[in-house]
Amino acid sequence: MKVNKRSIAAFGAIAAVSALTLVGCASGGDADSGEENESAGEITVWVDADRAGVLEDAAKDFTEDTGVAVNLVQKEFGEIRDQFVQQVPTGEGPDVAVGAHDWLGTLVTNGVVAPVELGDASGDFEQVAIDAWSYDGQVYGVPYAIENIGLLRNTDLVPEAPTSYDDMIAKGQAAGTEYAFLVGLDPEAADPYHLYPFQTSFGAPVFGSNPDGSYNAGDLQIGNAGGQAFAQWLASQGAAGTGVLNTNISGDLARENFVAGKSPFFLTGPWNVPAAEEAGLNLAVDPIPSAGGQAAQPFAGVQGFFLSSESENKLAATEFLVNYIGSEEVQTALYEVGGRTPALTSAYEAAVAADPITAGFGTVGTDAVPMPSIPEMGSVWQYWGVTEGAIINGSGGDPVELWNKMSSDIQGAIQ
Amino acid sequence: MATPTIDRDAAVETPPSKKSRRAARIAEAAGAGWKLLIFKVVALGLIDALALYAALVLFQSEQWVAAIAVLVVTGVANWVYFSRGNLPAKYLIPGLIFLLIFQIFVAGYTAYIAFTNYGTGHNGSKESAINSLMLSAQERVPDSPAYELTIVEQLGEYSFLVTNPDGDVELGGVDRPLEPVDNAEMDGGKAVALPGYNTLNFSQIVANQEAIAAIAVPISEDPNDGSLRTPDGSVAYVYLSSLEYDEAADTMTDTRTGTVYSDVGTGAFTSPDGEELMPGWQITVGFDNFVRAFTEESIRAPFFSVLTWTFVFAFLSVFTCFAMGLFLAIVFNDPRMKSKKYYRLIMILPYAFPGFLSALVWAGMMNQEFGYINVVLFNGADIPWLTNEWLAKFSILLVNLWLGFPYMFLICTGALQSIPDDVQEAAKVDGASAWQIFKSIKLPLLFVAVAPLLIASFAYNFNNFSLIYMLTGGGPRDVTADVNVGATDILITMVYKVAFVGSTADYGLASAFSIIIFLLVGTISVIAFRRTKALEELN
Repeated sequence: MKVNKRSIAAFGAIAAVSALTLVGCASGGDADSGEENESAGEITVWVDADRAGVLEDAAKDFTEDTGVAVNLVQKEFGEIRDQFVQQVPTGEGPDVAVGAHDWLGTLVTNGVVAPVELGDASGDFEQVAIDAWSYDGQVYGVPYAIENIGLLRNTDLVPEAPTSYDDMIAKGQAAGTEYAFLVGLDPEAADPYHLYPFQTSFGAPVFGSNPDGSYNAGDLQIGNAGGQAFAQWLASQGAAGTGVLNTNISGDLARENFVAGKSPFFLTGPWNVPAAEEAGLNLAVDPIPSAGGQAAQPFAGVQGFFLSSESENKLAATEFLVNYIGSEEVQTALYEVGGRTPALTSAYEAAVAADPITAGFGTVGTDAVPMPSIPEMGSVWQYWGVTEGAIINGSGGDPVELWNKMSSDIQGAIQ
Repeated sequence: MATPTIDRDAAVETPPSKKSRRAARIAEAAGAGWKLLIFKVVALGLIDALALYAALVLFQSEQWVAAIAVLVVTGVANWVYFSRGNLPAKYLIPGLIFLLIFQIFVAGYTAYIAFTNYGTGHNGSKESAINSLMLSAQERVPDSPAYELTIVEQLGEYSFLVTNPDGDVELGGVDRPLEPVDNAEMDGGKAVALPGYNTLNFSQIVANQEAIAAIAVPISEDPNDGSLRTPDGSVAYVYLSSLEYDEAADTMTDTRTGTVYSDVGTGAFTSPDGEELMPGWQITVGFDNFVRAFTEESIRAPFFSVLTWTFVFAFLSVFTCFAMGLFLAIVFNDPRMKSKKYYRLIMILPYAFPGFLSALVWAGMMNQEFGYINVVLFNGADIPWLTNEWLAKFSILLVNLWLGFPYMFLICTGALQSIPDDVQEAAKVDGASAWQIFKSIKLPLLFVAVAPLLIASFAYNFNNFSLIYMLTGGGPRDVTADVNVGATDILITMVYKVAFVGSTADYGLASAFSIIIFLLVGTISVIAFRRTKALEELN
């Protein structure tokens, strides 16, 4: 008896689980309820945990004003892009999701996003934010935050902002700390993102630009004369030169050392500010000093909300995007939870006036260029970092040759 | 061996023992099964209710195949458990269902994907690709004004009542270009109603938003002037489409350049000179992915060195872990060893940490300049653990040994304890040395038990993605080589790099590769299992 009972109970559990699994695979339940509620009006929004609280308030206002319910679904930020790409074609995707602008290449190529007409509101946003969310001449999202790196300075060690890279190193050495300057790198792949401002200061962007400011994938600029000069400079700052750039200092080690007061300068983003503030450091954010004479332009990452191409609620969703997420109230609230500079100009100005650190990053951000979102960028990353790493470590031979090799490899991969 | 005998004798001498009472109960239950029957009915009823609900939900969302599968499986289960006989099926059904869902379905689906071009740019159906192209092609005419909009309805047909920035009021609809109206009801400079028409409020707009979003009102008789569309129901803008879809000819025409893109069977609209409009759609491509897997330059060039290292890595991983595990198992199995309980507990620890976490910690410890190993153990030496080609391979094996020996230790301990002592005693009496006992008796008996596990371990390490990815990322890479493949890349990490570089994903190619790897591992496992049959004959 015992034996039989147990096997049947086990089977029951298994069958129940498998039935549920099948239902889960099809995830038909959600779609169904969505369709039922459609007449009453409901939009589904995918949002990460940090942003969810703010959006709850915005959604409440939206529902009160329009009668359209907002179904907020929490997702891990890093998983949204791929899940969105996979689920939108099946009709199970959301109407609106949060994301980063450099996903646009993937999203547009997969045909899962629809343009958002900001109308006259587009002038209310910072230009770099609108540029970042533009693709092939169309704006695909409502931006809410701009993020870029800047030079964090420990004002107790160095009271004045440096005027150039050499000046920074001189000031850093004069401060007598263990390191003159810190930036987190990877032993193998260096960090093209953090080193990009130095590269652009030599006049070597990755891609050339179209007249409308978008990137032109056909015009690879990374291997130009400026790029070669940058390669030589990298080698001179690497293991065989001054040793300022050290690929063994990872991002974590760099933060640790800066927080411990072992260096007056740290090239990083707003995400490392809380750790330094908690340690009681007095901080300033300076413009990134130029190494090659021209302006040092970091990459800007712009986060925003975008609209599904398969959405059956485009009007309501657009209304929510433009007039609620694009409102100063929501943008400011999002800034307060995330600490990233707001994309809406009025919210940006209020944030800058209130906090010198945000103002510092914001000032650096005026020089920033959007990280290219074109799919060709994927081919760039895979060669870019390792070449920089090899040049810094002095392990691959002549830096200019390596740089040219990288440029032709990227060119080959893009075509 | 003496204790069990006594137990057995006791069982025979005292009739109402636990075992016999349980046997009696089972016999009784088998005879008068009304309790069992009720239980059966209730349990199956619950399952049927659940399955029916699942099927209904699936039918409603038009997932026909899944719905029918649920019904068929439930039907079969009911038949099996209610019929007399079918005893083997009663035991096998739960396992078979699991096999179906977790093995056969997954493998079949992977095989299906391997024959499609599913990936970035070929993500959905042709219909949604056209929809998306048309959406993106709608471009607002630069510097065109925004029109204040009121949506009005007459006899079920929607019209746009717009107020242009100069304050002129016009009315238009689908195929009805804008025409001035003069009797509109105004509110603050915006026309809000028109006699004879019903004005839609926001909730009515939302309720009909699909229809309204699709409305394009021509500005004038000339289609090149563009048409008004509304993104939110309250403002209209002038749009011109840069693409035109000809449904009859199945072609896309670029209205600015006049280029005609047609469906040439490659899963995207393609111009005569080969330029593709993205997004495309998913199609089946036959064996294309398998051909690419062997011909693509970025794969072909490093393929053999990567394949060799994969075999070396998988073999050495199993060998080192097994040797270490066996050695420790023998040591801790020795009766002279004291407090082995505690040692054994410590031995299990590496196994208890999540592997990817350990790999990350090891990566930190192996940092050339600041890592624990160089700084403390080697007193500040400058050993490039992860950045030298050969040392990186060694480091991978070392970390995998640390991660993998506890498992081998566990199974060897178990297998050793199951070898009867009398066999060894007999050998000792016959004058065999300790080494001879180990080599000729313990090891062959051990292999019978652990050989299948060794094969499984080989298959696992053949695809040990997380360790390689977390520890070295496949590196160090030779920057002078053209391809994005490093010294420690195994097949699966190379495939990952090829199929998912940057922001593009090629699921078709990745699936084709996983099938190739599956065939490789499958073949090796079959051969190895054949061999182990010979071992079993020893017994």
